Amino acid sequence: MTLQTQQLSCARAGTVLFDMLDLMVRPGEALKVSGPNGAGKSSLLRILCGLTEPTSGHVRWQGRAIHRQPDLLHRAVFYFGHHSALKDDLTAIENLRMATLLSGRPCSSEQARQALTALGLGEFKHTMVGHLSQGQRRRVSLARLALTPQPRLLILDEPFNALDQPALAQLTSLLRQHLFEGAVLVYTTHQDMPLDGLLHHEVCLARTCPATVTNALASPAWVVRPMGIAA
Amino acid sequence: MITILIALVKRDLKLAARRPVEVLTTLFFFAMVGALFPLAVGADKELLRRMAPAILWVGALLSAMLSMNRLFVADFMDGTLEQLLLSPCPPSLLIAAKVLSHWLVAGLPLVLLAPIISIQFGLAPEALPRITLSLVLGTWAFSLLGAIGAALTLGLRGGGLLIAALVLPLYLPALIFGAAAANAANAFDATPHLQLLASLVAACLALSPWATSAALKLSLD
Repeated sequence: MTLQTQQLSCARAGTVLFDMLDLMVRPGEALKVSGPNGAGKSSLLRILCGLTEPTSGHVRWQGRAIHRQPDLLHRAVFYFGHHSALKDDLTAIENLRMATLLSGRPCSSEQARQALTALGLGEFKHTMVGHLSQGQRRRVSLARLALTPQPRLLILDEPFNALDQPALAQLTSLLRQHLFEGAVLVYTTHQDMPLDGLLHHEVCLARTCPATVTNALASPAWVVRPMGIAA
Repeated sequence: MITILIALVKRDLKLAARRPVEVLTTLFFFAMVGALFPLAVGADKELLRRMAPAILWVGALLSAMLSMNRLFVADFMDGTLEQLLLSPCPPSLLIAAKVLSHWLVAGLPLVLLAPIISIQFGLAPEALPRITLSLVLGTWAFSLLGAIGAALTLGLRGGGLLIAALVLPLYLPALIFGAAAANAANAFDATPHLQLLASLVAACLALSPWATSAALKLSLD
């Protein structure tokens, strides 16, 4: 259950975003992808779940290249992108059940209700998602994290945006629990998030990133640095 | 896997039921074409009867094209399409399910409305089955071929016009055989045209989901 990249490169509109990137994230580990806007964070995340083709290199999940065996990855992955993937004309609970069905991990309406309650949306479960606020919509999307069977690979693009303090606390505790149970987490954020205390790496995708400066001799354009050791 | 496909079709039908305006737009367009031709042509009963199959077919083709750009746009805009492509179900099957639900929402109503318009044009009742059958096959061909165009033009500005330019040449064989079947003097004359149309649908059924999924991956890249 290891996510690995080999000499991964990505170029967009003639600019090389990253080049020869080797990463390895083991079960129970988190990888934070940082860098300024336009550094290629979202592109990296999309490549990791196979939505975008890398310019060169491979992504391996459980040791298998993901373009060869996409279903192996698709059974395990939870991708949270820029869009919430919710339908305005369906209720929160309908959206959640549909999303889990499509991902091949269906849940009962009782489980969906509990997951929504876990993210503080218990009273909105029969509300049309079109009537919810931005933060509430993101919570509906993220409620899939509170369900079993659980995704083994979490790829979250800016999951902490637009969430209030209680929702942040709920999300981080969910993520901790997933990591504790051996999931692999890759995420981006611009906030200083309290996911420390876990085995945690950071990859910085910019030539001007401060982390790069300290390792300028050793490294080309990015640095993978450990951020803490599991307690 | 089947449960995923059934759930997807059910979801699309539910969404269409909650927002019926989109379905009605297509249907209204088709009904308008049928209603306006007699007014423009005049009260020449024989001429109208001769033109009726052609009017029905061109009307169905244009209505189908009108609805085509909606096939993936909503799912693309809200990110559901990405989640669909990350589903363990093969993308070509998911696309076949999307096309099926699109046909149920946009094609089937046209097929059901066509006999009523035919009667309005004074067509003989015994012609109705073959006209309806030709339109069933025809709307399937339109939906399957249109899916390729819809996937290729996803996220482009002016996508509607591009779909028309891309897909219209592909629609022509279906139009020629379908209108010929609908125009035929009797069931015996219509059969070869219907068979050719059916083989066209079979070929589309085999190739279109596969081509559409390749086009979708390009559009989402």
